[in-house]
Amino acid sequence: MLSQILYALPFLAEGFAVTLWVSLLVVVLSLIAGVLLGVGLVYGPAPLRWAVRIFSDTIRGIPILVLMFFVYYGLPAVGLHLQSFWAAVLALTLFKMAQVVEYVRGAVASIPKGQSEAAMAIGLTFRQRLTSVIFPQAFRRFLPPWINGVTDAVKGSALVSLLGITDLMQAVNQVIGRTYEAMPLYILGALIYFAVNYALSYASRRLERRFAFIRD
Amino acid sequence: MGYTLNFNLIWRHFDKLWGGLLLSLELAVISIAIGIVIGLVLAVWYVSAGRVVRTIIAAYVEFIRNVPLILLVYLVFYGVPTVIDLAYSAPTSFVVTLSVYSGAYLVEVFRSGLEAVPRGQLDAGKAIGLTPWQRLVHVRLPTMLRITLPALSNTFISLFKDTSIASVISVPELTYGAQWINFNTFRIVEVYLVTTAMYLVTGYALLFALRLVERRFRAAR
Repeated sequence: MLSQILYALPFLAEGFAVTLWVSLLVVVLSLIAGVLLGVGLVYGPAPLRWAVRIFSDTIRGIPILVLMFFVYYGLPAVGLHLQSFWAAVLALTLFKMAQVVEYVRGAVASIPKGQSEAAMAIGLTFRQRLTSVIFPQAFRRFLPPWINGVTDAVKGSALVSLLGITDLMQAVNQVIGRTYEAMPLYILGALIYFAVNYALSYASRRLERRFAFIRD
Repeated sequence: MGYTLNFNLIWRHFDKLWGGLLLSLELAVISIAIGIVIGLVLAVWYVSAGRVVRTIIAAYVEFIRNVPLILLVYLVFYGVPTVIDLAYSAPTSFVVTLSVYSGAYLVEVFRSGLEAVPRGQLDAGKAIGLTPWQRLVHVRLPTMLRITLPALSNTFISLFKDTSIASVISVPELTYGAQWINFNTFRIVEVYLVTTAMYLVTGYALLFALRLVERRFRAAR
């Protein structure tokens, strides 16, 4: 049993690399797109605000799995052909984006109105108010929930296995398909996910403390 | 291009979606009920226990929270029967998984709820001569439940969405029904539009109903 698992380790490592790659792409892409939409939700014109609100509430209201199948099977039907890898990344990114939008909204809303009024009073332009007054403060409120959500991205990436992508989850299943050692391999897989996510949440707690130096 | 929406085949097989939705709700309700019991028992035990028990409970919580749900579902359904001699159906297996899963999240919810109960209430209970058990049942738990109600409803709604993972072990819930229609009729866009709408309407209806319950309990304060 042990020799079989040792033999499978390089294969699991390849899957693990895919898991990390998917997670990284999702985290980075959703951060960029989510912050843009989030700022649009707070400061944009009414039609944009409504569009972002509907997008966010819809995406957050359905299971990731349904969103992933919708994107994967649905896009080709409307003439858009994506590789399964990119369809999966797109679906997970859309899901994470909706969360990032809410973190941004919450962070900006938590900054007292007096801050932007004071900035206006000393004659800062809209852009200056955002970049020098609101965003630096909102950033500290944004960071803790966002970092907590990074582990969700790693966990969510396990769903890409259902689209035939050989991530860690799929690699574990394939090794079990050949060796029939279900229990040891699931536990091994779980421990790998656990190690990554526990490290991430440990780092996030550290970072949170690092940025906690200002409270209202 | 040139995809024309045609919902006829969806309506013909709508029983798969409707039955699936009811099963999703059933799975979520049973799982949260068991999860609440697990969460309550462990949270009460945690706050009064010594180091060893605390470490074990914390290990359970951390393990479950840091592992993907889909892996836990596979582990219980395909893994566990290979080491213990037990036969169970896919829905049972999923309910066990989701209960243990939600239990881990609820321990945290209840634990912080218990800590949020004002000290003065417990002292007052002691002052009028309640036993520790009476203080727990009549003072601590009711206040804690009221505090944790919003977190409980959020957990329930996310569990309802998590039931879609049951489709990977062929439990015929809503997502499974959607996939069945997807593979058998190829009305892909239509079936996922309808499924999305069903998840959304149910989810927001639940949210609305639970918020009403919360308001009712807040008023009782």
